[in-house]
Amino acid sequence: MPIIVDHLNCIYEAGTAMEVVALSDINLVIPDGQFIGLIGHTGSGKSSLIQHLNGLIKASSGTVYFNGEDIYDEDYDLKKLRSKVGLVFQYPEHQLFEVDVFSDVCYGPKNLGLSKKDVELRAYKALKMVGMDDEYFYQSPFDLSGGQKRRVAIAGVLAMEPEVLILDEPTAGLDPKGRDEILGLIKKLQAETGMTIILVSHSMEDVANYVDRIIVMNGGSVMLDGVPKDVFAHYKELEEVGLAAPAVTYIMQQMKEQGFDVGTDATTIAEARDEILRALGR
Amino acid sequence: MIREITFGQYYQTDSALHRLNPRVKLVGTMIYIISLFLFKEAAPFALALVFLAAIIKLSHVPFKYMIRGLKAVIVLLLITAVFNMFLTRGEALVSFWGLTITKEGVIAAVFIALRLIFLIIGSSVMTLTTTPNQLTDGLEKLMGPLKVIKVPIHEISMMMSIALRFIPILLEETDKIMKAQMARGADFDSGNMIKKIKAMVPLLVPLFVSAFRRANDLAMAMEARCYQGGEGRTKMKPLKYGKSDVLAYVVLAVYLAGVIVLGKWL
Ligand SMILES: Nc1ncnc2c1ncn2[C@@H]1O[C@H](COP(=O)(O)OP(=O)(O)OP(=O)(O)O)[C@@H](O)[C@H]1O
Ligand SMILES: [Mg+2]
Repeated sequence: MPIIVDHLNCIYEAGTAMEVVALSDINLVIPDGQFIGLIGHTGSGKSSLIQHLNGLIKASSGTVYFNGEDIYDEDYDLKKLRSKVGLVFQYPEHQLFEVDVFSDVCYGPKNLGLSKKDVELRAYKALKMVGMDDEYFYQSPFDLSGGQKRRVAIAGVLAMEPEVLILDEPTAGLDPKGRDEILGLIKKLQAETGMTIILVSHSMEDVANYVDRIIVMNGGSVMLDGVPKDVFAHYKELEEVGLAAPAVTYIMQQMKEQGFDVGTDATTIAEARDEILRALGR
Repeated sequence: MIREITFGQYYQTDSALHRLNPRVKLVGTMIYIISLFLFKEAAPFALALVFLAAIIKLSHVPFKYMIRGLKAVIVLLLITAVFNMFLTRGEALVSFWGLTITKEGVIAAVFIALRLIFLIIGSSVMTLTTTPNQLTDGLEKLMGPLKVIKVPIHEISMMMSIALRFIPILLEETDKIMKAQMARGADFDSGNMIKKIKAMVPLLVPLFVSAFRRANDLAMAMEARCYQGGEGRTKMKPLKYGKSDVLAYVVLAVYLAGVIVLGKWL
């Protein structure tokens, strides 16, 4: 069921000298099964927006509808919402606390009031989904590497079996290999489970290869919203707000300017290769 | 939610109070607190109220923001007031279940509650208008004479300044971890006492881990910049008294005299 964001505004510390308008008049429809990249410069309001989607922050005005219900209704069950809309925070490894990896992943489903057997089954499934081997299950989460910790933390949210998974900069602070592993993992998750995924990032390169739709935030509002190639066509505007289109876009644009007859829609290296080969007539 | 706590935090804006020498503000707060306990009459209380109101106006900190800090201590206030109400001897007003509320008790309760409120607001005006760095600079200077008897003044004030600096950071961290655990279905508000305490574990463990990590990073960063303690260390902005500071001292003296006079002869 879709999420609808309706005229959402968010103001922090309203009425003081530190007042910040983090979000202004956001309107979005997020249909089922879509893989969305949420992009924006530092401070553009990405984290603020996603925390509204599972009711962690109350909007200053406007509402969010989940499954057609207003999540700010008096009797709306926010706890249930949070199990349906799973949110993985930035640096999620900072939330690990249990004595071993397995019990930490059990924490989420346990809070849902499931039976012990169901809790453990879900934890096991979630850990397998993120590709953790059995040998790590009974290690302290604090002894793992950064990338492994992050997988465990993601499993902690997956174990609640959400319908929508939101990840806030899941690749922050990882090396290129760790980054590709996490992104690959997310892509695999989406392909296997068909769940809605919102991936927050400030790197176009990260999301270009994976997502169906890109939402670009700037200064608290939605600046662009569309399929990757349409968004990247605005690469000049993106530069003005401190973002950049993937390198491929620049190469194709450059070739076109130099008089080589190629289309400029390619967003990944594979597409670019095919396009160039086509233009060369091979 | 947790960010609502404002007690002991700095409020960034520009005002005469913000520009005052931190030593004046420290001394002033001390004088104000002492003055609150010098008397039991209504007239000096009125003066203390007027003084506080003037200071708040001068500070340019919104009053609403200031009293947010009071919310946290409201329970303490109530308990103190209630105890005073019941335990003070004197003329009985009402009695039930073997407990008696006396007229003196009610008066004492009102006074103690007012005193505490004035005290808390008065000292938060100081922290709201003074950065932690200025505050410790001021303290270091004020306690300077104690160096003679080998009290490690510099170390004490350095520790204080670090502790103060860490309060907002830790609050922010708490807020973040709380939200992260709530996203995993944690519930911090409902259930009985034992349940609530148990619910704190997923919050406290990551909080301690992060506090240690930060402390370690800070120590490393200080060492990397050759920090060696106070010996021979100079200040980039040494504290100096200006005209307005002298004026402030005069105002303080007048206030103190006023309170004493009102308390004694009216
Ligand atoms: N709890 C808060 N209290 C006050 N201001 C906040 C709070 N959280 C965020 N802000 C402010 O709101 C604005 C948007 O912040 P947000 O964290 O949503 O940005 P972001 O796009 O996630 O940035 P980043 O890429 O750095 O994570 C910023 O100006 C930030 O300073
Ligand atoms: Mg963010």
